[in-house]
Amino acid sequence: MRLLRTAVAVPALLALGLTACSTSTPAGSETAAAPAESTTAAAPAESTSAAAPSESEAAPAGDLPKGNGETIYLVSKGFQHRFWQAVKEGAEKAGAEYNYKIEFVGPQAETQVTEQLDMLRTAIDSKPVAIGLAALDSGAAESMLQEIKAANIPLIAFDSGVDSDIPLTTVSTDNAAAAAEAAKHLAELVGNKGTVGLICHDETSTTGKQRCSGFQDWMKENAPDIKVLQPQVAGEVGLAANTAKSMIQANDDLVGIYGTNEAAATGAIQGANESGKEITVVGFDSGKTQLEAIRGGTQAGAVTQAPVLMGYETVVAAIKAINGQELEKVIDSGFQWYDKDNIDDPEIAGNLYE
Amino acid sequence: MSTNAQGTDTPVVESGVSRFLKSSIQQVFVFAALILIYVFFMFAAPNFAQPSIFLDIVQQSAYVGVMALGATFIIATGGIDLSVGTGMTLVAVMAGVFLSGDWLNLPLGGGLILILLVGALMGLLNGLNISVLGLPPFIATLAMMMVARGLALVISGKSTISIKNPGYVWLANGELIPGVKNAVLIFVVMAIIAGVMLNKTLLGRYAIAIGSNEEATRLSGVNVRFWKTMVYVTAGVFMALGAILYSARFGFVQPAEGVGFELNVIAAVVIGGTSLAGGRANIIGTVVGALIMETLKKGLQMMSIAQEWQLVVTGVVVLIAVFVDIVRRKRATAV
Repeated sequence: MRLLRTAVAVPALLALGLTACSTSTPAGSETAAAPAESTTAAAPAESTSAAAPSESEAAPAGDLPKGNGETIYLVSKGFQHRFWQAVKEGAEKAGAEYNYKIEFVGPQAETQVTEQLDMLRTAIDSKPVAIGLAALDSGAAESMLQEIKAANIPLIAFDSGVDSDIPLTTVSTDNAAAAAEAAKHLAELVGNKGTVGLICHDETSTTGKQRCSGFQDWMKENAPDIKVLQPQVAGEVGLAANTAKSMIQANDDLVGIYGTNEAAATGAIQGANESGKEITVVGFDSGKTQLEAIRGGTQAGAVTQAPVLMGYETVVAAIKAINGQELEKVIDSGFQWYDKDNIDDPEIAGNLYE
Repeated sequence: MSTNAQGTDTPVVESGVSRFLKSSIQQVFVFAALILIYVFFMFAAPNFAQPSIFLDIVQQSAYVGVMALGATFIIATGGIDLSVGTGMTLVAVMAGVFLSGDWLNLPLGGGLILILLVGALMGLLNGLNISVLGLPPFIATLAMMMVARGLALVISGKSTISIKNPGYVWLANGELIPGVKNAVLIFVVMAIIAGVMLNKTLLGRYAIAIGSNEEATRLSGVNVRFWKTMVYVTAGVFMALGAILYSARFGFVQPAEGVGFELNVIAAVVIGGTSLAGGRANIIGTVVGALIMETLKKGLQMMSIAQEWQLVVTGVVVLIAVFVDIVRRKRATAV
């Protein structure tokens, strides 16, 4: 019902919106009136080149109608972290292109599951045309997901998968594949032998689990001579540094450590420095400290996601859902390995943040 | 450490000898617990039995330990400080503002004084809210906890601040005594200072007296409001030192950290035998309490035990420590 009503209402209101635009803000109307194909096709291409398989299906069809300033609500896992700011940037870009208002919220820390649920509640109560959710805890949101379904609001999962069939699609980095990429590079760097440690930043979200297990699985299958230690969880730098140091001290043959986010990788470097041993550290994502370490040579490299594209694709998927279009079950927003040699390549630099 | 730093029991008038014995038993107990845990890991965890591991434990517990020294005074008055975790982060962010090349880039000496002043100021606000406005310490410091967290994020613009000042980094990582990190040295020195302050100065004496019986202390002519405020100011300065140790170790500050650190601080104080009800405080106990927490973490990490079990074990140790202390005190009063 709701979909039908929106479909009828949109073109009519669109006309009104365009006239309003052109009189008040010429710049805005220009974007709105520009051919949809050119703007949308350019966006994914400039954001990443790693998302090759998904690009064709992700590139929105030119006939995707524009909205009329309706609100699409995105509930992310965080707000202050630069990663989420990049997702927001991408989401707002798509919002501006298709004329939807983007409401982007997230809890203060990635451990605050209940705060996120409160935000999701606010999102539902404000009756947006679509909701995007990066669930901190897949299980905890279940009852609200049922409500969203009952209210006929299309739900798009992003970043982290949600263990439920209510989301129409999941726009995410294939974290397991990205972690496997980190494993592959670490194995190469340490010469395919020795013991490696694993510092995971979180073990409740699907993302966190996949970043750990993807690494472990790849090592198990492809590097029989590498021993992987029991993963340790450390979400902040101090704890990660102490953990890394303990790993190094307890295992004389430790040659490498993989940290699943900025704090974990940075802590691993600090731990290695303090222990005075040469350890190859690879990380995930970017951030000021990781970028400095990679440029300075203390960190071998890291896998980066494509947060801008993730935000963009989430909103495009939401708009497709609003218009009743079919969606793939999973939309990959891509990842890339970077080290000090390619850190400044434009296609990589766009996804790195301080 | 020195006899200056011995703990203090009930303020009931008693002979120096019996007081010394009582506080010794308390210290012997926490020490025994630490040694027991330590010996266990020497056998259970690979490579644990090395002097460098012990130094690591002291170094890693230094920032929590130093803040716990200050918190001991607050808890002695029967108060509590929930703002010490995020407060530490706010002070660290301010350290970044004062010293970072991207910000004010002040000379080290001036920067350090300002950093300590920020800590003292936060303590002063807590103290005034509690002693003048009459807010319960739990509420006043809970509010400060949120304010500090918010301000840390606002001031830093939510991004990491790096402090490249080599002198600053040296404060924690340098080795004035070869082989011993300065953080360890600062922890030891501050513990001695705190021990003297608790046992030999008016501040420490009044803190315990207030925690034991605030009304009686007031009636005996002590300016309770003033001394209580001073206790929070003192704890604020210790917090600022903790912030320096924490941020100098890494050379950068992440403004979102620090949440939950206050619980480690309180746990260290409580394991050490300082009563949450006030009136009893023990500086050596606090030091050992901080060491017990870090020894557990270090040992379990080196045994490759998963994080979730580390938390469970630490929780159980806090329970046992406090329970044994209660039993011991009941017996003491029964006899």
